[in-house]
Amino acid sequence: MLHHPRPDILSPISRLALTISGCVQGVGFRPFVYRLANDEGLAGWVRNTLGGVAIEVEGEYRAIERFVARLNAEAIAPAVIETVATRELDPRGAAGFHCLASVAGDEACGPILPDLVVCDACQAEICDSGNRRYRYPFTSCMHCGPRYSIIEGLPYDRERTVMRHFPMCSTCASEYSDPDSRRFHAETNACPKCGPQLALLDMEGSITDSPSEAFDKAVTAIRQGSIVAIKGLGGFQLLVDARCVEAVATLRARKRRPAKPFAVMVSALEHVREIAEVTRAEEALLRSAVGPIVLIKRLRHGQVDLAENIAPENPLIGVMLPTTPLHHILLQALGFPIVCTSGNGTSEPLAADDEEALARLSGIADLILTHDRPILNRVDDSIVRVIDGGNAILRCARGHAPVVLKGNVKNLPVVALGGHLKNSLALGVGEKIVLGPHIGDLDSAETRILFDCSVERFGNLHGVKPCRIAYDGHSGYYSTAFAEAAGGPAQKVQHHLAHVLAAMAEHGLTGPVLGMAWDGSGDGGDGTIWGGEFLLVDDSRWRRIAHIRNFPLPGGDSAIREPRRAAIGALSQCYGDALWKREDIPAVASFSHSERAILRTAMTRKINAPLTSSMGRLFDIVASVLGLRQIVSFEGEAALAVEFAAGCLRNPTALPAPILSQMNGSEQIDWRPMLETLCESALQGVSTDELAGGFHVWLSKAACLVARRAGISKVVLTGGCFQNALLCGLVAKDLREAGFEPFMHRKIPCNDGGLAVGQAAFAASPLTQEEG
Amino acid sequence: IGHGGGGKLTQRLIDTVFRPAFAVSDEDLTCDSAAIGRSEFELAFTTDAYVVQPLFFPGGNIGSLAIFGTVNDLAMSGARALAISAAFVIEEGFAVTDLNRIVETMRDAASRAGVRIVAGDTKVVERGKADGVYIATSGIGEIGSRALIRPQEVRVGDAVIVSGDIGRHGMAVMAARESLGFEPPIESDCAPLFGPVSALIDGGIELHCLRDCTRGGLATALIEIARCADVTIAIEQTKIPVSGPVRGACEILGIDPLYVANEGRFTAIVAGGDAERALSILQRHDDAAAIIGMVGERDGSTDAKIRTIGRTRALDLQTGEQLPRIC
Ligand SMILES: [Fe+3]
Ligand SMILES: [Mg+2]
Ligand SMILES: [Zn+2]
Ligand SMILES: [Zn+2]
Repeated sequence: MLHHPRPDILSPISRLALTISGCVQGVGFRPFVYRLANDEGLAGWVRNTLGGVAIEVEGEYRAIERFVARLNAEAIAPAVIETVATRELDPRGAAGFHCLASVAGDEACGPILPDLVVCDACQAEICDSGNRRYRYPFTSCMHCGPRYSIIEGLPYDRERTVMRHFPMCSTCASEYSDPDSRRFHAETNACPKCGPQLALLDMEGSITDSPSEAFDKAVTAIRQGSIVAIKGLGGFQLLVDARCVEAVATLRARKRRPAKPFAVMVSALEHVREIAEVTRAEEALLRSAVGPIVLIKRLRHGQVDLAENIAPENPLIGVMLPTTPLHHILLQALGFPIVCTSGNGTSEPLAADDEEALARLSGIADLILTHDRPILNRVDDSIVRVIDGGNAILRCARGHAPVVLKGNVKNLPVVALGGHLKNSLALGVGEKIVLGPHIGDLDSAETRILFDCSVERFGNLHGVKPCRIAYDGHSGYYSTAFAEAAGGPAQKVQHHLAHVLAAMAEHGLTGPVLGMAWDGSGDGGDGTIWGGEFLLVDDSRWRRIAHIRNFPLPGGDSAIREPRRAAIGALSQCYGDALWKREDIPAVASFSHSERAILRTAMTRKINAPLTSSMGRLFDIVASVLGLRQIVSFEGEAALAVEFAAGCLRNPTALPAPILSQMNGSEQIDWRPMLETLCESALQGVSTDELAGGFHVWLSKAACLVARRAGISKVVLTGGCFQNALLCGLVAKDLREAGFEPFMHRKIPCNDGGLAVGQAAFAASPLTQEEG
Repeated sequence: IGHGGGGKLTQRLIDTVFRPAFAVSDEDLTCDSAAIGRSEFELAFTTDAYVVQPLFFPGGNIGSLAIFGTVNDLAMSGARALAISAAFVIEEGFAVTDLNRIVETMRDAASRAGVRIVAGDTKVVERGKADGVYIATSGIGEIGSRALIRPQEVRVGDAVIVSGDIGRHGMAVMAARESLGFEPPIESDCAPLFGPVSALIDGGIELHCLRDCTRGGLATALIEIARCADVTIAIEQTKIPVSGPVRGACEILGIDPLYVANEGRFTAIVAGGDAERALSILQRHDDAAAIIGMVGERDGSTDAKIRTIGRTRALDLQTGEQLPRIC
């Protein structure tokens, strides 16, 4: 590139300092600034700081003006400029423009860039047999490669990433210092000569082969139907041939995962079209630098025969494109799609190093394809679904996390501990709330260890020391015990309020807002379990204005695996004692006579039969009554079955309209007439699909009814039930038609994965609860 | 109320109910305390109050609990119970026939455990001020073993053994209280434990810790031991002995048998090398005894964990009523 200084005697020489915040580290921003400065003939420097990027430019005044304008106009994704602060300085007669080493300052938390999937240019290089990076699995440039998973702290520089273990060879070093190279200041730059290498481990842990043999043997093993664990970006993954029913069945048996869908990795977009009906929005998601698992409508008779047991009885399939160069060359070599699932036991964190992989994946994997680039921050694959025309993130992890939300309240640093399952943490710092990646289910002893050290690391990573904790307060949550053991100031936040506040924080909403928090369960704080909630949130107060009518849940948490239990609890409120003789109702018939007697006593004597207003359980009840599921093997299975049965709402059955009735100070939505009709109609042979559709319509009517009663225009839809695309789309549409403005989650999960954001928001500005 | 005044009526209660049952000598009764002799061994002393509803349940009543509970607390220090005292708080109007049954049960229980009831006290309180009857017992015992048996002795690599199938007492009491008709009915496991304990001691087993799995069940006992010893105890779901009826009852109610109370079950933490021998000794007393897990290095904040198929769940102390947690 040629640089033409443009002397202009009419314009004086000046010097300007710029402080830039936003997503500006690890995205080729400094090289961009470097080129821009040279282009405008400016002297000075650029460097990463804790808070973002600092620049000083000196030169002709108009050139500086142009520089600033182009800085904002020409920055390209994934770089995002949030703010530019400028300050005029005295010129010093500087010459030349330089990229300087970072200095660690005390600036407020800057965003850490998520990991990025391999870019097209790098992909082309690894496919080119003449290139020195041909088939090199750790190829990256300033536009792609690992970031969050390898970072020790900010600012983002090679010496604060695991890449410091791999000194660059002279060729890589010259790319690194060449402003015209894609690898100019690319901190992950590496090549086969100086970078990380593959290795193959057998389950005893011995390395068997050279890097290239390791790769070839792994390919052969997958071809033969074996289960191969590979070290991906954020942790180990298990791979098998996605066409092979036996291989998938073996994986299911070994992972003890009978029915929960697996994701499939496909080499390129055109091959995704062979197995799924991809919309433009889904295409864009698949191709994005995030590289998530996208839930897409499956082609029943595609060109490639996927094993039926990948996603049994499921019209959707989770698909992703190759994440890293390693995945890319693997799929190139295989020539068929693979099942790609996290390398862990049920609800355990991903294995992140060889030792863990050997310990946790023995008995699951046959071989381990690993490498010597350490994973510092484990991060699972993200899951996204297109809902109501937009992207809804269901699991916020690789490529996506950490998510930075801008709040409007200045906050003392707080760490929010999230929920119990699908746990993730949030950090409230300054005016920002940062949501960390999916951690997992805190029933698992292993996940607790990850949780403990994530709480510790999260602040460090962002250069802040949280001085407070925000948490759910449910007596059975691990996070509650953690918060109480930590001592120090701690703020309890009601579960569903946290859901609503999370949605408000995501959209930058202020009160009054009507929050519809519909989920499985959360501690209501009043001795009942909430889950079908309508909360009115003002700037300083909140109130539960309506909820799904309570019903007993015999067996407590065991009802999660048995939708028939919630059904018994609810139906007993429709039919009273006559229920027990209704052998025609599937839930009743599924219990023996002595079991029924015990359930009945358990409910009347309140033995492990808490009252709940759970919407998630209402879906379970419908699944049971419609004969779809009595017992399930994974969370959400029954609700998915109801959603899938309703399909695209062809001919939904008209059910008795929802009624609001005043009870103990708040309005209750009485579902009994609806459920009774649903039950009797199902028994009379009305189509399950039409009834399931009718239930969705009924729920949407209930939502509009409460919205009208509340008379507040802004309505947020939050809680795990809104992962249901049909429900979410329908409620949003009906609310819009009724003149309301619905908001749904886009950047953070609507399920408990986003809960911590609301907890952090509450800590920034606590609200008082008013009696309903 | 007259029975508690210390006058004639109390005397009649003692004469008609307690004296015949406990076979105390006239000499014992004339003194305010009992002389129980000397011991060349170290002594252990314990006390506990017993409150249970209902008072009578399949497999026992509050009387047997009061004796075995104290005998077992002594046994958990490796001590043989020598003498027990019992204090009764009786609600006015409580049926004397019921009191008789309880006291007779206590006599039988004491003789089964080889211990004398040497002192007692009775108070009668107004109607409504007590739930039928409360009993407090204290016991003194001699420690035969030289080795210290306490959680601090637990070492990484030790084996965890449970002395029999778990959960019967809690489920039997719940069935009786809530009139739950379990099929087949469940009987309490209420029993004295010094027998199997002394067999372990006599068998030369390197015993590190003994803990009866009473309130809070096996899980709570393991968590408490692990906390004291600063280790993590890992147990295997498939090895936990639970009888069919208890398993069925727990399943339908959604209750975890690991947290259900026992009154005749203990967990023994023994040196890993002695595990099999300890097991065969315990199986002579109860063939459901089982090695259920191992003591491991401290694993983060987890005190105890249970491996089920495909996953490892951390065990937590349960606080009050269990609320559903899954969202
Ligand atoms: Fe929730
Ligand atoms: Mg005791
Ligand atoms: Zn690249
Ligand atoms: Zn190199």
